[in-house]
Amino acid sequence: MKANDTLDCVGLYCPMPIVQTAERIKALKVGEVLEVVADDRGIEKDMPAWCQATGHEFLGIEKEEGEYRVYVRRSF
Amino acid sequence: MMNDRVMPDPGTQKVTLVIFSGELDKALAGFNIANAAAAMGMEVTMFFTFWGLNVIRKSRGLSKPKDFARRLLGWMNPGGSRSLGLSRLHMFGLGTGMMKNLMRKERMPSLEQLISMAAGQGVHFVACTTSMNMMGLTEGDFIEEVKDFAGAASFLNEARQSHVTLFI
Repeated sequence: MKANDTLDCVGLYCPMPIVQTAERIKALKVGEVLEVVADDRGIEKDMPAWCQATGHEFLGIEKEEGEYRVYVRRSF
Repeated sequence: MMNDRVMPDPGTQKVTLVIFSGELDKALAGFNIANAAAAMGMEVTMFFTFWGLNVIRKSRGLSKPKDFARRLLGWMNPGGSRSLGLSRLHMFGLGTGMMKNLMRKERMPSLEQLISMAAGQGVHFVACTTSMNMMGLTEGDFIEEVKDFAGAASFLNEARQSHVTLFI
């Protein structure tokens, strides 16, 4: 999936990926897509949960060799 | 590609945490949750009471020891996030030291970093005045992140409006 910006969270554990996502999403324009790369498998559930709570759109996850690429669209 | 349907459900929700424990592992858990909640747009208030006051104290002696009992307590109970031990396997500091090394190796944020992150995200820090008085602590004994000093009624007022209330 194409993204406007990438956030590398490889090697970081909860709550760092979502704290950094919350910060980084502010730098995107509404409608833009942020790609978050992480290797903590908690992100599989954590990112949809973060999206549900904040209202930003969860677009999907790609899993490859222990690395997760999560896509979130800034909704407002 | 995995794409579970997730319906957005935003709206500012309150989270209230009571930090009663003065142990490193419990403080870490409390601040991990507080930071995650703040990152999710929730309004977080942390009430520090009893041993929890040690987590948010400056690392030095009491500002005004009122009497011998409090001076003794201050000597045995130094306070400050760096002085906290694990609730289990502290082993006179050995276990706690090993845990801190492990966290450093895994690039996990330290308690001090979690505290500034929480303040940076707008988490409210409140110190319990009753516990403060009992331990002979004054406002000047706390780190700058602590802006409020209150009691049980304030905690309960926040808790009754909160979706999530935890006792740590």
